[in-house]
Amino acid sequence: MDKTLQVEHLEKYYGSRSSLTKAIDDLSFDVKPQEFVAIMGASGSGKTTLLNCISTVDRPTAGHIFVDGEDITKLKGEALNRFRRERFGFIFQDFNLLDTLTAYENIALALSIQNVKAAEIDKRVIKAAKDLDIVNVLRKYPYEMSGGQKQRVASARAIVTEPKLILADEPTGALDSKSSRLLLEKFRYMNRELQATILMVTHDSFSASYASRVVFIKDGKLFHEIHRGDSSKKEFFGQIIDVLALLGGDVSDAL
Amino acid sequence: MLFKIAWKNMRKSIKDYTIYFFTIVIGVAIFYIFNSLGSQTVMMNVSADTREIIKMMTTIMSGLSVFVSFVLAFLIIYANRFLMKRRNREFGIYLTLGMGKRKVSGILVLETLVVGAFSLVAGLGIGIFASQFMSAFVANMFDADMTKYRFIFSGDACIKTVICFVIIYGIVILFNTINISRCKLINLIYAGRRSEKLRMKNPWICTIVFIVAAIALGRCYYLVGSDKVDISLDGLKWILITGVVSTFLVFWSVSGLLLRIVMSIKKLYYKGLNSFVLRQLSSKINTTVFSMTIICLMLFVTICVLTSAFAIKNTMTANLKKMAPADIEFKVNMNLDLFAGEDEEYSRKQIENSHFNVVQRYEKKKVDLNKYLKESCEVKVYRSPKLTFAEFCGDTIKDVKEQYPFMIVNSAEDIVTISDYNRLMELFGSKKYTLAEDEYMVVANFDGLIPARDQVLSQGRQLNVFGKKLKPKYKECQDGFMDISSKKLNTGFLVVPDDVVQEKWIAEDCLFGNYKAVTKQEVRKLEDELRKLPLKSTCIYASKQEIADASLGISALVTFIGLYLGIVFLLAGAAILALKELSESADNVERYRMLRKLGVENHMLNGALFRQIFIFFLCPMVLAVIHSYFGMQFSTRLLAYVAEKDQLFTATTLAAAIIAVIYGGYLIITYFSSKSIVRE
Repeated sequence: MDKTLQVEHLEKYYGSRSSLTKAIDDLSFDVKPQEFVAIMGASGSGKTTLLNCISTVDRPTAGHIFVDGEDITKLKGEALNRFRRERFGFIFQDFNLLDTLTAYENIALALSIQNVKAAEIDKRVIKAAKDLDIVNVLRKYPYEMSGGQKQRVASARAIVTEPKLILADEPTGALDSKSSRLLLEKFRYMNRELQATILMVTHDSFSASYASRVVFIKDGKLFHEIHRGDSSKKEFFGQIIDVLALLGGDVSDAL
Repeated sequence: MLFKIAWKNMRKSIKDYTIYFFTIVIGVAIFYIFNSLGSQTVMMNVSADTREIIKMMTTIMSGLSVFVSFVLAFLIIYANRFLMKRRNREFGIYLTLGMGKRKVSGILVLETLVVGAFSLVAGLGIGIFASQFMSAFVANMFDADMTKYRFIFSGDACIKTVICFVIIYGIVILFNTINISRCKLINLIYAGRRSEKLRMKNPWICTIVFIVAAIALGRCYYLVGSDKVDISLDGLKWILITGVVSTFLVFWSVSGLLLRIVMSIKKLYYKGLNSFVLRQLSSKINTTVFSMTIICLMLFVTICVLTSAFAIKNTMTANLKKMAPADIEFKVNMNLDLFAGEDEEYSRKQIENSHFNVVQRYEKKKVDLNKYLKESCEVKVYRSPKLTFAEFCGDTIKDVKEQYPFMIVNSAEDIVTISDYNRLMELFGSKKYTLAEDEYMVVANFDGLIPARDQVLSQGRQLNVFGKKLKPKYKECQDGFMDISSKKLNTGFLVVPDDVVQEKWIAEDCLFGNYKAVTKQEVRKLEDELRKLPLKSTCIYASKQEIADASLGISALVTFIGLYLGIVFLLAGAAILALKELSESADNVERYRMLRKLGVENHMLNGALFRQIFIFFLCPMVLAVIHSYFGMQFSTRLLAYVAEKDQLFTATTLAAAIIAVIYGGYLIITYFSSKSIVRE
C-alpha cells in the first residue's frame, strides 16, 4: 500500500442522455506518499471536476478512488465527512477563511472540530504558523491580511491536522506573482521538510514547475505526465511549456 | 416590466422572509380583532352595567390601538430598512444597467403596495375569521349567554385597520424613496463586499461600563423593589430613564465582554465549533445593541402587563366567592347631627330621618323587606370622635405617617359589638369569636394596613372606648370583613364587648341578607324589583350580583388590555430578532459552506446554528426576566388593592406559557428557516 491516492478508471458525466458531457473520461493515475503532483489542463478539461471527485465534494459516475487504500466512492454521509476532516487538507483559490475569526482561530478550528484538546491545539497552531511564517499575523482578521498571508493561513489550516493528502485548487489564482512565489516555496517546504503529500490543480505553468511531477489532462483524459527527476526548476518549466505547446488550446495563454 | 420585476422580487423575498410577512399579517389580524371587540358583544345578553363597561373597553381599546400602531409602524419601518440594506447590490445592478433612480423607486413602491395589499387582505381575512371564535371567548369572560350565533363583521374596526396600515405603508414608501434618491452607485455596488470589520471593544472600558450599568440597574431594582422607599412620579421617571440607559449599556458591554471571557477559557472556546458560534453571536449582538435594548424593554413590558393582567383577573375571580358571602347589603348613615363633618350640611328632614334604621326606613315607605329576603342580619356600627386611627396607633403614628403619607389618620374607627359580629359571621358562615369584659379585637383584611395595626396590637395597646379601658385579646389582626365587595379592602374595625357601646354613637346601620330567589334569572328579576323601590340609592350598599358583574367586566377589560399589548409587543420583538437572524443567513450560507468543506458534520453544523439562534433570542429575554422580577414587585405594591401576592404564581405561569409559545415559536421557526437556507 505505498500509494496515497489511486484513481482508477474514473468517469464523470454531466447532463442527460441526449446531451451528455463527459467531464472525466476513463482517467487513471496515482500519487505516492510525499509526492508533490500538479494537475494541469485548459479550462473545461475536467481539472476541477477531478478535484471535486477526489475531495468527495462530488460523486463520480463510475470508477474508484482509493485514498490510503480505502475506497472513498463507497463512503456515505457522516463517514464521508469524517474522512474528509481527518485525511484531507484543503487550500482553495479564494482562501475560504471565516471572516469572523482571527488567523489563529481559523487554524485552530480545523483542530477543534476534530475534538483536539485546547492545549494541544495551541502547540500545533504555533508550530504550523512558524512553518508557514505567519506568526505575526495570527491575531489579525482575514480582512486585515494580504492575499498571500491569507493563503498561507489557509495552508497552515490545511497542514495543521497532518492530513494524508493536501488538495490545493488553484492556490495562486488570486495572488500576485511575488506572493505566488512565496506560497509555492512554502508548498515545497511542506512537501520536503514536513513530508506532506500535495495534489495541486493549476493552469499556471510557473506554479506547476514547483511540483515533482505534472499530470496533463485534456478533455477529461490523461494527456501526458512528466517527472521532474533531477532537472532544475528552470529546465522543468521548459519541459512543461513544451507539453503545453503540444496540448494546444487555450492553456498556452496561461504562459 | 417594472411590475414583473417587483412581482418576482416579492416572490423571492416572501420565501426568505416568510416570518416577517407572517408577523405583519398577524399584526393586522390582532389589530382588527381587538378593535372589533365592541361589536362582538352586541348579541350578548348582558346587564346594563356590563354594557357600560364594554363601552369603556371599546374606548380604551381604540386608545391603545394608537399606541399599538406605533409599535407596528416601528416594526415594519425597521424591518423594511433592514431588508433594503440587504438589497443594495440588486439596486446597484439596476442602476448600472441604466435604470433611473425614479424607476428603482417605482419598483420599490410597487413592491410595497403589493406587500401592503397582500398583508392587509390576508390579515383582515384572518382577523374576521378569528373574531368569530373570539366572541365565544368574550362571552365567556363576561359570563354572558350567547343567545344566538351571528356572523360578526365590524366595519368600523375594518376601516380603522385599513387607515392605520395605509399610513404605515405610506411612511415606508416615503422612506424608501428618500433612501434611493440619496444613495451613491459606488456604495451600492460594493455593498456586498464591505469588509466585515470586527472591532473588539476595549475590555477595560467594557468592564467599567458593565459595572456602572449593573450598579445603576441594581439601584433601580432596589428603589422599585423595596417597600421602604417612597417613589414619586418624578422619581419613577428617573428610574425608568436610568433603567433604559443601563439596559443599553449592559448589552453594549456584554457584547464585548462575553467574547473576551469565553476566549480566556481556552478549553471551552476551542471546543468543536464554539469559537465560530461565539464570534457569530458577538458580531450580531454588537451590531444590534440598540434593537436588543428595545426588544428587551418590549419583553419586559409584555411580561409585566401579562402577569399583572392575569393576577388581577385571578384575584377578582377568587375574591368574588369569598368576599361576597351575602346576596345584598343595605347601609344607612345614622345620627347625622352627631357625625356630620364640618363642611357637610343636612336639612332637618335628613337629620330626623337619620334616626331610623334600614328596616324602619323601608317600613315608612310601606315596604316589607322580608318579602324578598330569606334571612337577614342587622349590624350597628358605632364611632367615637375621640377614637381615631391616630389615637389607635398611639406613639407609632409617626412611623405610620411616614409609611403611608396619603393616609387620613384622624377619621374615627368603626366599632361593632361582639354579638352583632358573631351573628353576621353566622350568616356569612365564617369563624366566630368570644371576648372577655375588658378585651377588644381588630378585624381587617387589607394587606397594606395590617402590619401597622399588628405592630400596635403586639404592644398590647390599651384603648379607651366610650370611657371603658380595653386591652387587645390578640396580638395581631383577625382576618375578616363586614362590607361585601370584590376586594380585600377592610382596613380594620374594632370588635368590643356588647355593654361597652352607647346607642347614641351609632354611625351606620347595616342590613345583610340573602334572597329568596335561587336561579340567576330569578335573582336578576328580584334585583330589578328592588331597584324600582323607593330609597334605592340611599339604602342599597352593594349586591353580590352587581359586584360580580363589575368584577367580571373589569377582569375582562384587564385581560384584553394585557393580551392586546402583550401579544403585539411580543410579536414585534420576536419578529425583529428572527428577521435579523434570517437576513444574515445569506452571509452564513458562505460560512457554513466553508465549514462543510472542512469536513464538519451536519449535526454539528445544525447544533452550532441552533445554539447561535438560541443564545441570540435568550439574551434580551434574560435581562427582561430580571427586570420583570423587580418590576412586578413594584406593580404588586401598586396593585395591592386588586392583585394579591398569592395569585401571582398562577398568573406568572400563565404569562410564561403564552410568552414561551409565541417567543419559542418564533425561535423554532427561525431555526428551521435558517437551517433550510444554510443547507445546500
